[in-house]
Amino acid sequence: MRKSRQFLTAAVLTAALSTLGLAACGSDDSASSTGTPTPAPSVTAVAATLTIKDPWVKAAGAGAMTAAFGVLVNDTDADITVAAAESPASPMELHEMTMKDGKMVMQPKEGGFVIKAKGTHELSPGGDHLMLMKPAKAIEAGDEVSFTLKLGDGSTVPFTAIAKPFAGAGESYDPGMTMGSAAP
Amino acid sequence: MTSPLSRRGLLAGLGAAAVTAAATPAAAAPAAAGVAPVALATAGAAVAPAETGIGAATVPFHGPRQAGIAEDPPAHAAFVAFTLAAGTDKRALGRMLRLLTDDAARLTQGIPALGDTDATLAALPARLTVTFGFGPGLYRAAGLTSPVAELPAFRIDRLLPRWSGGDLLLQICADDPLTVAHTQRMMIKDARPFGSVRWVQQGFRRSPGVQAPEHTQRNVLGQLDGTANPRGPEIDPAVWNPDGSSTLVVRRVRAEIEKWDMLSVSDKENAVGRRLASGAPLSGQSERDEPNFTALDDTGLPAMPDFSHVTRAHVTDPTLKILRRPYNYDGAPDASGRPDAGLIFAAYQRDITRQYVPIQRRLAEKDLLNEWITPIGSAVFAIPPGCAENGWIGEQVLS
Repeated sequence: MRKSRQFLTAAVLTAALSTLGLAACGSDDSASSTGTPTPAPSVTAVAATLTIKDPWVKAAGAGAMTAAFGVLVNDTDADITVAAAESPASPMELHEMTMKDGKMVMQPKEGGFVIKAKGTHELSPGGDHLMLMKPAKAIEAGDEVSFTLKLGDGSTVPFTAIAKPFAGAGESYDPGMTMGSAAP
Repeated sequence: MTSPLSRRGLLAGLGAAAVTAAATPAAAAPAAAGVAPVALATAGAAVAPAETGIGAATVPFHGPRQAGIAEDPPAHAAFVAFTLAAGTDKRALGRMLRLLTDDAARLTQGIPALGDTDATLAALPARLTVTFGFGPGLYRAAGLTSPVAELPAFRIDRLLPRWSGGDLLLQICADDPLTVAHTQRMMIKDARPFGSVRWVQQGFRRSPGVQAPEHTQRNVLGQLDGTANPRGPEIDPAVWNPDGSSTLVVRRVRAEIEKWDMLSVSDKENAVGRRLASGAPLSGQSERDEPNFTALDDTGLPAMPDFSHVTRAHVTDPTLKILRRPYNYDGAPDASGRPDAGLIFAAYQRDITRQYVPIQRRLAEKDLLNEWITPIGSAVFAIPPGCAENGWIGEQVLS
């Protein structure tokens, strides 16, 4: 307990510092975007800094909630916030698992995922994850699904995840929806 | 349930996997899952301090030819055959094989599969290989012409459906049975949307370190098995097509051990054509001596009996040889103590019709050993080429 409290303090401090850094970056971007929009360089720059390792998505039927996982890797000296995720496959939310009434449930993650400088952040069944709220069509095992992470500074990180049949780590959605058991 | 979850969350948040994993080994699995091999090695060290060279050894997965064929066979194997679900078409096969290739590429290198719920079990690959075979039914499902066909019927066959056929085969081999079990479990889970398990044959050879590598194995009848295998430069022309493909015959051969027990040593040796102890042909002195079929024994009869297994199976042209890669099986005996044991006979060759069938035909016609062995399962598979790091097994066939 002691250790984790110390860590929390450190994280808050680091987050505060990096927010300043990101704000500076952001103003640079907006300055350049008044001229010609230059999305390519900013994407390239970010791709070299935040990456997702071993991404995969849980196969699911059309309309059935499912989730994408992986390990977010921040190679920079500043914290990075993943503010949102998008996919042509489904509307998405960032979710965390939390204890509620003695039970692990998932809920939207306020403020997004913060990946500390030189740190990693695991998205896993039973942990933080990228939620696909309602896939338009079935995501079948072996499908490759495109995603885009939207970062706090407005830049984006595209990636592709392979769909896996997965029945582990049954999770409960906060409003009381159960997932996991019905998926292939 | 709650405790591992919260520990996992803490671990991910800390991002100090090495330190935490050492303190709480139970939490090492989520840390290792999906992270780089470096992190895996750290977690592995925390979980398995007694790791040895045998446990950590790996066989490369990627390359123009599949692994699990020309290497010295590891001690344990599971041959897992699937029946494809109706409607599994070419596109679905591509999805299935991308998934299974990804699993195999990771697990063989000691890295957990994506979504591996028992990631700790991936840490010791122990020379794990996963070899993919495509049965005639897979080509049918894809609307393609199969390069392999079921074997002709042999009069010695007593084939049971439960050990025969198969649309997809995974040959899973490792020097450790737990590694084989985990790999089998993980890959069956990922294959499940595409088909059902048709049969699984689990077998074993000597444990690593018991004998020198590349020794000839004994089977459950006590015979040296595989002496006539192609070796060194003989392997390529016998086993591999120029595109890196091959073929596999899997036969389940029950050993009638109770009957075999009743023979004297010399009767056994006559049936096989080799000395039991040394493996030398009855015409020679040591195991690797070429059998001499014109040599006569003291009584003036051929030293190598016409009906012996070696005489019937012998091939002179090296391009007609087959690469035997058999595993023993030994199930539970029945109430009266009769064993359920035998051989999972696996033979690799370029061309089944040209190489395997003539040998099997000669054995079926007249091999004294047929009195003590019974084929009860049979399956044929095309072995597609290997793949590069960004590729998948079967891409040349199904793309």
